Amino acid sequence: MNANLSAGQSSTRKVKDRLFQALCIGAIIFSLGALAGLLLDVVISGLPSLSWHFFTNFASRFPEKAGIKAAIYGTLWMMSLTASFCIPIGIATAIYLEEYAGDSRLARIIKLNIANLAGVPSIVYGFLGLAIFVRMLQFDRSVLSGALTMALLVMPIVIVSAQEAIRAVPLSLREGSYALGATRWQTTRRVVLPAAVSGIATGVILALSRAIGETAPLIMIGALTFIAFVPDGPMAPFTALPIQIFNWISRPQAGFHDIAAAAVLVLLLFIFIMNAAASILRHRYDRRWQD
Amino acid sequence: MTARVKIDDLCAWFGDQQVLYDISTSIKDRAVTAIIGPSGCGKSTFIRCLNRMHETIPNAHRTGQVLIDNADIYDHTVDPVTIRQRIGMVFQKPNPFPRMSIYDNVVAGFRLNGTARRVNLDQIVEESLRQAALWEQVKDRLKEPGASLSGGQQQRLCIARALAIKPEVLLMDEPCSALDPAATHRIEDLIHKLKKNYAIVVVTHNMQQAARISGDTGFFLDGTLVEFGRTKGIFTNPKDKRTEDYITGRFG
Repeated sequence: MNANLSAGQSSTRKVKDRLFQALCIGAIIFSLGALAGLLLDVVISGLPSLSWHFFTNFASRFPEKAGIKAAIYGTLWMMSLTASFCIPIGIATAIYLEEYAGDSRLARIIKLNIANLAGVPSIVYGFLGLAIFVRMLQFDRSVLSGALTMALLVMPIVIVSAQEAIRAVPLSLREGSYALGATRWQTTRRVVLPAAVSGIATGVILALSRAIGETAPLIMIGALTFIAFVPDGPMAPFTALPIQIFNWISRPQAGFHDIAAAAVLVLLLFIFIMNAAASILRHRYDRRWQD
Repeated sequence: MTARVKIDDLCAWFGDQQVLYDISTSIKDRAVTAIIGPSGCGKSTFIRCLNRMHETIPNAHRTGQVLIDNADIYDHTVDPVTIRQRIGMVFQKPNPFPRMSIYDNVVAGFRLNGTARRVNLDQIVEESLRQAALWEQVKDRLKEPGASLSGGQQQRLCIARALAIKPEVLLMDEPCSALDPAATHRIEDLIHKLKKNYAIVVVTHNMQQAARISGDTGFFLDGTLVEFGRTKGIFTNPKDKRTEDYITGRFG
């Protein structure tokens, strides 16, 4: 009797277990399938347009002559400026919050708000960039305005991931350093940061790969869509890949839709390379950590 | 034997919670002093007050004096950083710096505070590793990461690291509690050799260990120093009933 009872119980449990497993697998297939379909569609319409000219030509009224040279240069300009703003400021903020600020009320409020900032819609940052950088500081619709806006946008991601990486460094290492007569800054620079560098770098790359695809803030600050030159400095007007794609997609001619798909492929390639770099970095340092 | 460290009315807190009450005692030079007592009795806090590590914890503070060679280490003119260079510390869990080689771990004290260029690093590495009885085992692989050593070797590496900056006093916070019996035996041998040159304070959970290695023993309970004296006396003829109960295994 008892044996039967428990057998019955365990068989319903098994069914439930399998049901849950099937549900999870279904979820994976659904999301990956949708993604794969999307990717396939982009590849089919974009791949034929990918040619050498596509990379070396500027925008044009004729889709077969149009290229993404200005967009690629604009994106590279903007990303390098964004990186040079958000990396030092983001890491310094994270160091301050984790190593110096302690547990004061003010520090807690700041930490909470930085986490909240990461969830603010990007168009809001676009407004901010328009009001402050374009209008108030009169940087105009320049690469600099775009980069500063993007830096603000991804700063919370850099700060939060750097904070997590710094927090993951065991207290015992800090204590070992203090006990040898190192100051707090010496400990931070020579023990904590080297131990956290892979986590920080991963966060930075992921933040930049978010910035490279952002469109809304650039539309807000008025990045140009038709540019037949390469930016010659931080104050130059510019366009960027997502803006170029947005512009081409909104045109009625089918030819522009195909080259938009080709530009999407280029953008995806950029993001893929950055994400691959992030995971290689993480993997390499994880293995060193175990040595 | 002369007293190297004198402790006067030391009290310590974590936030509002007092963990040490009016501790007064002295630590002899060129000898081992063992600190015993049940978990949470304030042993670790006590030795962390001796090199100003206690104050690195947020909201932690203390009152009272700790005198080394009759100078108060808590005097407001004293920089805690220089105190920690004079009073070395070895922790419960071996904590070699994972990104550094064996060599770099030993001279980490110099690298961290940027004085590496002023000293002969090779000589310090060999000296310190010999003192820590680790030289023979690692002399051919000094460039390998410190974390590649076994637990007991890592702990001796940490001892070498502490000795490299030529401290006057060596504090050890349960240095063997994460190690197997063979590694423990080697560390105890090492402590025995090191006491010829240093004042050593060892916190231990293990009463046999205290009896084996120390000349003096202090028994802590609930943040007070219940009894302090020659180790032999404490273990054979304790004056306080609580000490007797603890060392005979009735609690703790």
